[in-house]
Amino acid sequence: MTSPPVRPPRRRNVIPGFGLTFGISALWLSIIVLIPLATIFLRSAHMGLEQFIAVGLSPRALEAYRLSFGTAAAAGVVNAIFGVVVAWVLVRYDFIGKRLVGAIVDLPFALPTAVAGIALTAIYAPNGWIGQLFDPLGIRIAFTPIGITIALIFIGLPFVVRSVEPVLADLGRDVEEAAATLGASRWQTFSRVILPAIGPALLTGFALTFARGVGEYGSVIFIAGNIQGSTEIAPLLIVTQLEQYNYDGATAIAVVMLLVSFGVLLGINLSQVASRRRMGA
Amino acid sequence: MISVENIRKQFGGFAALGGVDLQIAKGEFVALLGPSGSGKTTLLRVIAGLEFQDSGVVRFDGEDVSDRPVAERGVGFVFQHYALFRHMKVADNVSFGLSVRKRGERPSARERRERADELLRLVHLEGLGDRYPAQLSGGQRQRVALARALAIQPQLLLLDEPFGALDAKVRKDLRRWLRELHSQMGLTSIFVTHDQEEALELADRVVVLNKGAIEQIGTPEQVYTQPATPFVASFVGENTVLPGGVHVRPHDLEITTDGGHAVVVDNVFRKGGVWRIEGMLQGTDTLVELDLDAAQAAPETGSTIHVRPIRASNFTG
Repeated sequence: MTSPPVRPPRRRNVIPGFGLTFGISALWLSIIVLIPLATIFLRSAHMGLEQFIAVGLSPRALEAYRLSFGTAAAAGVVNAIFGVVVAWVLVRYDFIGKRLVGAIVDLPFALPTAVAGIALTAIYAPNGWIGQLFDPLGIRIAFTPIGITIALIFIGLPFVVRSVEPVLADLGRDVEEAAATLGASRWQTFSRVILPAIGPALLTGFALTFARGVGEYGSVIFIAGNIQGSTEIAPLLIVTQLEQYNYDGATAIAVVMLLVSFGVLLGINLSQVASRRRMGA
Repeated sequence: MISVENIRKQFGGFAALGGVDLQIAKGEFVALLGPSGSGKTTLLRVIAGLEFQDSGVVRFDGEDVSDRPVAERGVGFVFQHYALFRHMKVADNVSFGLSVRKRGERPSARERRERADELLRLVHLEGLGDRYPAQLSGGQRQRVALARALAIQPQLLLLDEPFGALDAKVRKDLRRWLRELHSQMGLTSIFVTHDQEEALELADRVVVLNKGAIEQIGTPEQVYTQPATPFVASFVGENTVLPGGVHVRPHDLEITTDGGHAVVVDNVFRKGGVWRIEGMLQGTDTLVELDLDAAQAAPETGSTIHVRPIRASNFTG
């Protein structure tokens, strides 16, 4: 007597194809992102630490990082605030021209960044439409970090709006009404009920705006003025190095930017994992 | 006492409420019953202050509260889909109403937690205060929503289809339990439902609405046995309309051997303790429903029986 052959239990999953899709994802990410980035590291690796520090952390480079990361963060914060307002209006209210407003939100993505840069410079220059209003007050916008921030706000606008919008829509009016019936003021409803719910999406929007802002070149170079040590952004510094055939210098700066950006994005992602776990989703 | 006087409300060109008057006494448990689009939910939301009437007055204890915002009306409101705060623990959900009070009137964090635990005990969810809403079942979530509404010690509890999203068994349990809670806490409660069985089972008084107007206000007994209009007769309880505008319940028809209406039987099935007989009034396409004691033999499908109403409402006027 032989017992029937026992088949090893096969793991079955109702959503098949993990192996295949994961393989494709890994390959794709490698080709598109990891391999190009790895070459940057390789290129800088042969420099030696001292030379790397001398270029990558030179006073001029440090100024540029400070400017780039600072203005990108400022643009992220401003967009986070006004992006929520815009998303709110688009989700909660019906009005004539709503679709049009929705399309306008995406325009900064469609426009060549150089066009945006030239337009913004024309408006915010001391003799431009808006610039001339501020010039008598002694406030210069174009060719200062303020101008850079405005350019970054412009190109990053859609990120927060588009990441917060679906979450707001999903949140439902009844949750806000519930808060109101319990005696919460408008502000309490916003800060205690709405903000925590949209928080992760808002952070995503901020991170995207920030990341885009750090790397932005086209729209910024026109309005920045590019004065060394005060309005010279890091991407411009890289281009300057390249123009002088200083490839090592360019990659050293790129590596520093990459590491900082990656650190910030990873931090934001990790904090979201924690908050998602709490919501039990 | 809640008093609603000549409330009108339009949405676009649609009249959701066309001049509604209603008085509700302290301690009453009232059902607003009607089909969708009847204005029942709009009326509840107007009373809560979540919607504002175009004209008419809402009074709490004689005082006009029409312009008082929802946050200051102090009513407990339970939503059909719970509307819990997903990012807050159950206990924080329950004590939310206490934590948004002005600084001087706000209980300490410890008092709030004690109060939340007390309310969770009341709704039989002891020990679940540290969970998140996503970790609870539908019935449990609705009880959290109720505890949250009760935390502000409302005089008036308003419930918008509170059991609508729950399955039949849970719904039945919750109904009985809500009824107990209502009497135990001395609340005045108004709930909206489209389920006539729910309204008849729970309420002291039933308000039947249709197309933005009240058709009848009465005890469940009155609404069922003495429907004021053909709409009430057909909406509340099962109903057959015999020739001449005679509305009759399935259990108010008897089989006769002499005279009566001839009915061709096309379906017989057991419904609890009775046979439910469905047939067509001979020569018409009027559906007749009739209950027959299950101790008797059921008529055969296809046979013709004669029926006569024992009790009926006549609306030919």
